[in-house]
Amino acid sequence: MKKLMLGNAAVAQGAYEAGVRVVASYPGTPSTEITENIVKYDEVYAEWSPNEKVAAEVAIGASIGGARAMSCMKHVGLNVMADPVFTASYTGVNGGLVFCVADDPGMHSSQNEQDSRHYAAASKTPMLEPSDSEECKEFTRRAFELSEKFDTPFFIRLSTRVSHSQSMVEIGERTDLELKPYEKNVPKYVMMPAMAVKRHVIVEERTKKLIEFAENSDLNKTELNGSKIGVITSGISYMYAKEALGDKVNFLKLGMVNPLPEQLIRDFANRVEQLFVIEELDPIIENHCKALGINVIGKDSFTMLGEYTPAMIKTAVLGEDTPESVSLDEEIPSRPPVLCPGCPHRGTFYVLKKLGLTVSGDIGCYTLGAAAPLASVDTTICMGASVSAALGMAKARGSEFNKKLVSVIGDSTFIHSGITGLIDIVYNKGANTVIILDNSITGMTGHQDNPTTGRTIRGEATKQVDLEALCRSVGIEHVTVADPFDLKGFEAVVREETCRDEPSVIIAQRPCALLKYVKYSGHCAVTDKCKKCKMCMKLGCPAISETAEGGIKIDVTQCNGCGLCINVCPFGAIVKED
Amino acid sequence: MTKNIMIVGVGGQGTLLASRILGNTVISHGYDVKVSEVHGMSQRGGSVVTYVKYGDKVYSPIIGRGEADIILAFEMLEAYRAMPYLKKGGKIIVNTQKIDPMPVITGAMEYPSDLERKMSEKVCVIPVDALSAAVSAGNQKSVNVVLIGVMAKSTDIPYDKWRDTIKATVPEKFLDVNLKAFELGYNL
Repeated sequence: MKKLMLGNAAVAQGAYEAGVRVVASYPGTPSTEITENIVKYDEVYAEWSPNEKVAAEVAIGASIGGARAMSCMKHVGLNVMADPVFTASYTGVNGGLVFCVADDPGMHSSQNEQDSRHYAAASKTPMLEPSDSEECKEFTRRAFELSEKFDTPFFIRLSTRVSHSQSMVEIGERTDLELKPYEKNVPKYVMMPAMAVKRHVIVEERTKKLIEFAENSDLNKTELNGSKIGVITSGISYMYAKEALGDKVNFLKLGMVNPLPEQLIRDFANRVEQLFVIEELDPIIENHCKALGINVIGKDSFTMLGEYTPAMIKTAVLGEDTPESVSLDEEIPSRPPVLCPGCPHRGTFYVLKKLGLTVSGDIGCYTLGAAAPLASVDTTICMGASVSAALGMAKARGSEFNKKLVSVIGDSTFIHSGITGLIDIVYNKGANTVIILDNSITGMTGHQDNPTTGRTIRGEATKQVDLEALCRSVGIEHVTVADPFDLKGFEAVVREETCRDEPSVIIAQRPCALLKYVKYSGHCAVTDKCKKCKMCMKLGCPAISETAEGGIKIDVTQCNGCGLCINVCPFGAIVKED
Repeated sequence: MTKNIMIVGVGGQGTLLASRILGNTVISHGYDVKVSEVHGMSQRGGSVVTYVKYGDKVYSPIIGRGEADIILAFEMLEAYRAMPYLKKGGKIIVNTQKIDPMPVITGAMEYPSDLERKMSEKVCVIPVDALSAAVSAGNQKSVNVVLIGVMAKSTDIPYDKWRDTIKATVPEKFLDVNLKAFELGYNL
């Protein structure tokens, strides 16, 4: 049976068919749906872990325990899980072990554009790269087999357009595998120096075997079309190149991007007069070719920035013009993403802006608090940095600066890596104020449960981390829970806590407006009491805008009746209607 | 030859469901298809673009400038923004709804005026009051299915195939509203 499937769903299907038993991940666009889809299969244990490092370790443990296991993350999540990955390469596996990493060229939903292939090379872990959903399924399935065959974890590398495109997939049956026996094996699994020295030898020997495999594997495909032009490519770039160039060039499509073959590339290069390497982001295949002494055209003709397109490839390789298109005769306003109507973060940022505080920001929907008109957030680096970077700022600039400084971090992000920063604040005598934006869900990635929600990935009730008790237990004496929609009350709390010479935590508690159980009703409307002061416009609510006559209108198709604008109007001119 | 359909709108308007209905319908008609979606940050009230491409064999999931046969736009400004992607001889089906983007709300820029005329001078435009149709179908959120109905007429796929996919895609409790919305769109 064939089915239209998202690349991510196809990875889940491939893992299922391969008999995967344990999947542990932390959500991150564009990888999230892999693990969400795994939940559809009752035979598989799945979890949202507190962060990617924990997730990878759970998968590694499951593999050592004899099960096929997988962990999925976005490219920046791979940074967080890098530590166990480098050593798992040394220990190798028992049950097949796959790390699935999704890059985001073009940064649709990311803070950088890093190329995960570097990690495969650096950790000496083989990496497969599918080009469409069918390959997502097939490569994942095979990665488990190869993982056991070569005694190594395998990476599957995805990118946004592979993860988030739907194409046809042939659905197969699950292979039911027995758990492999668990046997204590200290030289293999205890990586202290004496053992690791010997394992490193095995890793280098394994890499040689993997290169030999890459030379002959059907994962790497040569398509000869009698052309004098050759193209070496992989992943989504293959699809772009195939659409742009069709049968006009020869292709070497690399399904395995680490380690790269040598003789296969030399043979391909010898058949053509002109050789292009087409790869998004960094010149990894290109540099490999150049190290082999093969003359290729790569980043001289193609950018290291963002996503490629078939038109771009057609122009670079064949010199053909891009299709005729109409142009716009004027500059038009952009439409950046915004906090949703009813978003609890809006109240928080309104207050922080009003108080003129410096805001050390983090990763989540609330990063959007950096945009006008709320324009509150000063910095965003990575998951958890809001807390620790604020300590650094305070240590650099002193206590007066610290009294005008706060950190903002979501509930899931706080558990992911904010708690360690908070411990640092307590331990090293900081006096920071950390605001945990507790909207009771992992928001930006599309509503995943986390340790603070009291539900597992399957929606089962579980112990809920009590954020207030957690903060107190690490030594924060001033922990206040406040509702960010109670603007006056919330402002008073922020004023009081930032003035202290001791560290404090404010838990800004109000659930995400998109959660099903959040029932705002009706919509807000502007009455003739409106004095056009535009205080409500400072909320940056997408439902509120100015009329041609300078008045205020509220778009009923967008407003969900949260009523925050009623709280800011000094003239009582906004009312709730059914 | 592939047919390229670009669906543009504002995050939250239901473009994803529209692209899934479209994708599943063309498959049931025997075509190869690729649907490229957007998830994550841009979904939060920002410009969203999804691509649906179908034909005998589809390679790239994305559509470039001058390549779209149809642009199905959920909002006027987004239609205008996407216009350069239209193929010569293609058409834009646009919901006449206007949603102010944040730079307009903050007063940094103005919502461009007279967009229907500006587009009509350059390309073929089919304006549709999908919001009114959705409201009369029983739910303003069914704008997406009204627009699918309008577009369905521009394809060679029969009416019943579309209805079958909607039945298979939409949750039971919203089915009646969506079938009504589709019918209203188809007959607009």
